[in-house]
Amino acid sequence: MVPLSWYLVTSALLFCIGLYGVFARRNAVAILMSIELMLNAVNINLVAFWRFQTPTRPVGLAFAVFVLVVAAAEAAVGLALILSIYRQRKHVVVEDMDLLKL
Amino acid sequence: MTYIVFGFFGILTLGGGILVVTSRNLVRAAASLVLSLFGVAGLYVLLEAGFLAAAQILIYIGAIAILIIFAVMLTQRVAAENRAATNSQWPWALLVSALTFALLVYIINIVWPLGIRAANVPVLAADPTKGLGMALVDWGQYVLPFEVASILLLGAMVGSIFVAREHHDD
Amino acid sequence: MDSFEIANLFYSIGQVWTEWLTNLGLSPEWVSFTNKAMGAVLLPALPVMIVCVTIMGERKIIGRFQDRLGPNRVGPFGFLQTIPDIIKLLTKEIITPTHVDKVMYNLAPMLSVVSVILIWAVIPLASNVVGADLEIGAIYFVAVSSFGVLAVLMAGWSSNNKYALISAFRGVAQLVSYEVPLVLTLLVPVLLAGTMRMNGIVEAQAQGWYVLLAPLSMLIFFISSTAEVGRSPFDLLEADSEIVAGFNIEYSGMRFAMFFLGEFIHAFTFCGVVATLFFGGWRGPFVDQVPALGFLYFFAKMFAIYFVNIWIRITMPRLRIDHLLNLSWKFLVPLSLVNLVVMSLAAKLVQTPGADATLWQLLPRWGILLGANMVMIAGTFMILGTVSRRERNKQEAARVLEPVVSGFQG
Repeated sequence: MVPLSWYLVTSALLFCIGLYGVFARRNAVAILMSIELMLNAVNINLVAFWRFQTPTRPVGLAFAVFVLVVAAAEAAVGLALILSIYRQRKHVVVEDMDLLKL
Repeated sequence: MTYIVFGFFGILTLGGGILVVTSRNLVRAAASLVLSLFGVAGLYVLLEAGFLAAAQILIYIGAIAILIIFAVMLTQRVAAENRAATNSQWPWALLVSALTFALLVYIINIVWPLGIRAANVPVLAADPTKGLGMALVDWGQYVLPFEVASILLLGAMVGSIFVAREHHDD
Repeated sequence: MDSFEIANLFYSIGQVWTEWLTNLGLSPEWVSFTNKAMGAVLLPALPVMIVCVTIMGERKIIGRFQDRLGPNRVGPFGFLQTIPDIIKLLTKEIITPTHVDKVMYNLAPMLSVVSVILIWAVIPLASNVVGADLEIGAIYFVAVSSFGVLAVLMAGWSSNNKYALISAFRGVAQLVSYEVPLVLTLLVPVLLAGTMRMNGIVEAQAQGWYVLLAPLSMLIFFISSTAEVGRSPFDLLEADSEIVAGFNIEYSGMRFAMFFLGEFIHAFTFCGVVATLFFGGWRGPFVDQVPALGFLYFFAKMFAIYFVNIWIRITMPRLRIDHLLNLSWKFLVPLSLVNLVVMSLAAKLVQTPGADATLWQLLPRWGILLGANMVMIAGTFMILGTVSRRERNKQEAARVLEPVVSGFQG
């Protein structure tokens, strides 16, 4: 079986790709996608630790399920907010949203 | 053999991820997100978490990715593609991400090396899916977070419908 | 041939084949790899083969329903019509329109076929013939069919055509909406069998098919699966009289044929899933003595359900998009939620009898489950009756006040 550290490095790389996306992308939807990547990296970590450290107790699996739930809720609310902003401003570029009122 | 499969899914995950953050065309970025999420599901299968892999495909690819593609199509105009994908801080973002990655690798390999090699991987419980199901509704374990999660989903659903609705009165 | 030999026919073929490979000098690892690879090639070939038969059968049956003969020129009674059709589709020019997203445009037809064929991996064809008897078979089935939604969306967007995009939006709204009652009713057989393994669900139906224990779940599942496939009356995806042909309008030749193939395989695959979950799959008389009979029973059930599907397709007119979504969200989803809660309570009320229970020990469980279903169906009809009566009274009152009625109602 592939050693644990390989999974951890993969997950760390995915997390950092997501981090870069959150910092560097201009479009709000793209930022949301990068956040999904980061959440997935966390999930890989949780499942890998579960498999290698506590395979008899489903701790990591349960946490991963809760992360999935939070990701789904976050995507739904985030996209609703983005749609609402798009109705007001006709664009979703984050760095141009520098006014509190339209 | 396992290493080949791991390499395949790892490349799928990371390559998809890189395309997500670099691609100018947002629909293509969303498609790469699907690729990346599929790779993560493959990694779950390698980790013998079959239920989570299926849930990953069902929830992420079947629901979240579709939702994101919908949002991209609704908020994107055809001519908007030729603007730059990234803002002016992208070199700094790249630097910070690279430093974070270096730190994480340092921690993983030097600070807390777990030292689990192929020889001494612990044996899996008989039916992990059943164990997970029991743990989620067990009074001693996760029944409270489980219920809170369902309330959270309900709240998110109501909230997102309310926020995304068109207000005709103003 | 005596029954023992038939029972182990596939097993002994596999034995001979494995020995032959081992004698060739392959290591055990590679023998197992070769066997699995062969399975991975043979199993997808099965639905593609079946499609050739079902297309012909469907055209003949629809012809009879419409009081005509159907295709009758090629071969005896026209039964070979599919072969020239395939040759025609294969030799047609493949046109790629300008300004399409090439990668996604080419990927979408493949994805639509793959998403359906993957389902066949977990459908048990006989007691010992199943591609991969996964622990999570039921949820795997839902997961891989969600790729189909992606294929529709990719095809619609990448074609760079507004009709295709409208169709894709409609289609995704429909598919996502009907996935909810589908999954909620899929849970009922899982609940009754106590396992997500498809073969386990079939084995548990030795004590009565679930269509008898949970007829309401079967109905909801069947309706939602018809909508998932996108067949009439839910064929808004390719409403040819409104949006020319739907999301696959820009596709031609073999790429179009793949969408076509995907839809046909989808149709009878879902019938196979219904047969597995609710009609006992490969179960039937004498199947314990002669497992090879399982093939016969499974395919007989699948085609019987497919016939009903064709019957509905040729009888019902198309629904309007808002009616379609209302049917899912305001009727099927609440009903399947109530169904799930009631069924889980009713199943908990009576302990599951052991595998060797007699008929008398099984009767209370059957009675309670069936009774709960009858109560739910009666309640649904009462609510529907009240609502429609109120609606009719409202409309009649409006008609008295305003004699000229203009525009749409409802």
